[in-house]
Amino acid sequence: MNIPVVLAVAAVFTFLRFRRANLLVWAGAWWVGLYVIFRFGFSAPIPASVVSLYMGIVSIAILAYVSSSEQRREEISGPLIRFMTDKRYTALLGATVVAIPALAAANVYVQMNVPLEPPLFPRTVHPASPTEITVHDKKIDLDAGENPFLELAVSHPEEFRKHVENGRRVYYQNCVFCHGDNMTANGMFVHGLDPIPTNFADQGAISILRDTYLFWRISKGGPGLPEEAAPWDTAMPAWEKFLTEEEIWDTILFLYEFTGQKPRAREEVHTQ
Amino acid sequence: MNGLSNRKLLFVLGPVTGLVMFGAVLVIATFLTNREYTQPYRAPAAVVDTTPRAAGLEAERTAAEATARATPYVEAEYRAFPVVGSRVAIWAVAQLHLLFAAFVLAVPIFAVLIEAIGYKTGDKRYDRLAYEFTKLLSVSFSLTATFGAALTFMLIILYPKFTNYMMSVFSPTFLPYVGLFFAEAFFLYTYYYGWGKFHPLVHLALGIGLNIVGTAIMFIANAWLTFMMSPNGISDAGALISVWEAIYNFTWMPINVHRVIANVAFGGSVAAAYAAFKFLQATTDEERAHYDWMGYIGNFVAIIAFLPLPFAGYWLAKEIYAYSQTLGLTMMGGAFSWLFIIQAVLIGNLFLGANYYLWLGMGRVKGAQPVQKFVKYLLIAIAICFMVWATPRSIIATVAEIRSMGGSSHPILGFLGVMSAKNTAVNILILTTYMSFLLYRRTGKTATVAWAKTGHTAQLLIFASAAIFVIFLGVYGYFVEASVRIGLSVPQVSAVLFAMVAITAIDYFLYRRPKMTADVRWGHMPAISQYVLIFIAVTFTWLMGLMGYVRSGLRQHWHVYGVIRDTSPDAFTPTLGFATQVVSVTVLAFFLLIGFVFWLASLHDLPDFDQRSSHPHERSS
Repeated sequence: MNIPVVLAVAAVFTFLRFRRANLLVWAGAWWVGLYVIFRFGFSAPIPASVVSLYMGIVSIAILAYVSSSEQRREEISGPLIRFMTDKRYTALLGATVVAIPALAAANVYVQMNVPLEPPLFPRTVHPASPTEITVHDKKIDLDAGENPFLELAVSHPEEFRKHVENGRRVYYQNCVFCHGDNMTANGMFVHGLDPIPTNFADQGAISILRDTYLFWRISKGGPGLPEEAAPWDTAMPAWEKFLTEEEIWDTILFLYEFTGQKPRAREEVHTQ
Repeated sequence: MNGLSNRKLLFVLGPVTGLVMFGAVLVIATFLTNREYTQPYRAPAAVVDTTPRAAGLEAERTAAEATARATPYVEAEYRAFPVVGSRVAIWAVAQLHLLFAAFVLAVPIFAVLIEAIGYKTGDKRYDRLAYEFTKLLSVSFSLTATFGAALTFMLIILYPKFTNYMMSVFSPTFLPYVGLFFAEAFFLYTYYYGWGKFHPLVHLALGIGLNIVGTAIMFIANAWLTFMMSPNGISDAGALISVWEAIYNFTWMPINVHRVIANVAFGGSVAAAYAAFKFLQATTDEERAHYDWMGYIGNFVAIIAFLPLPFAGYWLAKEIYAYSQTLGLTMMGGAFSWLFIIQAVLIGNLFLGANYYLWLGMGRVKGAQPVQKFVKYLLIAIAICFMVWATPRSIIATVAEIRSMGGSSHPILGFLGVMSAKNTAVNILILTTYMSFLLYRRTGKTATVAWAKTGHTAQLLIFASAAIFVIFLGVYGYFVEASVRIGLSVPQVSAVLFAMVAITAIDYFLYRRPKMTADVRWGHMPAISQYVLIFIAVTFTWLMGLMGYVRSGLRQHWHVYGVIRDTSPDAFTPTLGFATQVVSVTVLAFFLLIGFVFWLASLHDLPDFDQRSSHPHERSS
């Protein structure tokens, strides 16, 4: 969090509290305060699309509050009506009438006056896998299958360790350059990549996927992405051309072991 | 005063609308007349050479006939629907059929319950209310049947191969379906026209029969559509092995449960919208009081059914994921995942709307200020949960924003994009809405029992414990594997349900004989509250259309998933923008039609034409 910004907003709220500001001022203050926090209060900035979403919710919530009782409706409309009808405020009202389109124009200017950027392609992070793929002439069932070496963890732990160690070797020979030493997508090539590689340490990445899904993504890479994963510009190679099936499964074991996560278990459909 | 200004507004708007429409007709007519085809000048027939046109046309016709005779009969796989295409046509008709069917199935559920309350308590108001709800049924039933017939014919015409396949699997269910439909018509019309004509218990039995038959009809239709998504009881080549297994496929029961609950929520909201429509038209305080009460009951039914709906939806999604990882990922992580953000925004708005209506309803009671002060805390909880629920996992961001975040996922907001956060948010939303209802319920009342303070403390403790437990499990979900995390939703839901039941039980005894500090002034509601009811109904309808599209669209290029492939020109997933447009137009069409139903139902209250023409002054006064 950007502490100075949060403290500044809190200070304004405290000041309003002491001044016993009316409901209209409070409504405005909440709206602006929350906007400032969303826009500038986070050290990693929140994307504009999410800020818009949040401010939409904030706007609806504030409107709901100020109109939720007769007393509040009077409290909020009273100053507005006075502002629009009292002769004392005529000049200010005129200025407001001019300011509204001027602000809209300024907003258009700000929106248009942005540095040139590559076009935006929204993408799905986890495109749906096919039900079956063929790797090295062998059909792999992605729905019903699972890592064939996973069961060794219980039945033959020694054997299991060998597979994990083999996965470690494969990872540090092939994957580390993009996915990084600690699997947080900070490898040495990452600055040249768009989109950047998957961060395996992220809780919302491999832990919510089954290991067969990872097998599909590793073996088929960017060229094997389905239509929905447009614009298909990931640099992930189709590793089936360089690795054996066993090496891919071993790497998957290592990914989960290193990040301390477990693949999503295959759920049983209800029995009939 | 309000009614008077409404009428004045109508007097002004009526002629203005008429003039605008007249102008529009004039412009269109002028435009068409100007573009009318006129014969160009031709030389007189005597000097023009005869052309071979007539002979050519005749030759063309003969050749076409000969080709048609020589062509062997080939069964069509698809036929095209003009202009909008087959998919959009089927989509819109199926959606309209479903919306009316949902309404027709839902209304009898709560109409019978309200009638039973009226019978038990002897309060005639409930009987009148139940009848008012039932009045909306008969026309809706006809529209449901009409759209059902249209859907069937369109399936046969536009998708003959697929329809044939479905018939080969489900033909044993068709005749029982038709039989049940007759039974539905019998029960519905006897229930409606027999109001007040039978012993109340006989009439209630008719209502219960109507509900049983209606639910059975829905279960059969659900078997067809769920089979398309998760086929069962067939061989690898698609040949039928067991009809029962085809019916009882993997998603049948979750859809049955989900639809029964969703229908009640939807039906309640549409009935509340009808009440709002009547409230806004009302000219007397008595009418306003009645329709305010009707709207409140309709909305109450909708919200009570709405509270468990996310859990039923969650069960359905879990079954879909369990049936096929591909379907599960397509739904939650792939092409359809953004629709769930739209869903979150709509459901968040529904929760907010429902709470807002309750807060406005506190104004019915004089001296509601002590309760009103809690509104801000409830609102903060709702807004935070709403934001959490609407936070997308795949954030739309520019390249510069992605780089400044350090990846496509935000380091803080990324935690809000996953299931642990969403489940926690929805549970807290439900608890908060329940608290709003509880506060509304005790507006203008003071508990008089000796243990009132202990009771309030116990309620607060249960509420706080449930909220803390739900949040704890939500945070704990980040530290465990996916299968355990999914399992945590069960204790979360259980805690919320337990809290609601326990607090209600305490509240029942706490406020059994309360001291009334003020009376409920039915009808004393601002007009905005009625628009909230209409907003809730529209949002429910939109949500049903949207999520229905997700469920159906998941199959992508399959008619029956993994069995009958879609080889038509429509075998692609449309863009989300296009899908939302189709859903929106369908929702609009539904509300135009339901507006017609409302209007027909309101004709019932008008005096006969003869009476009106013989006493014109009475009516205008």
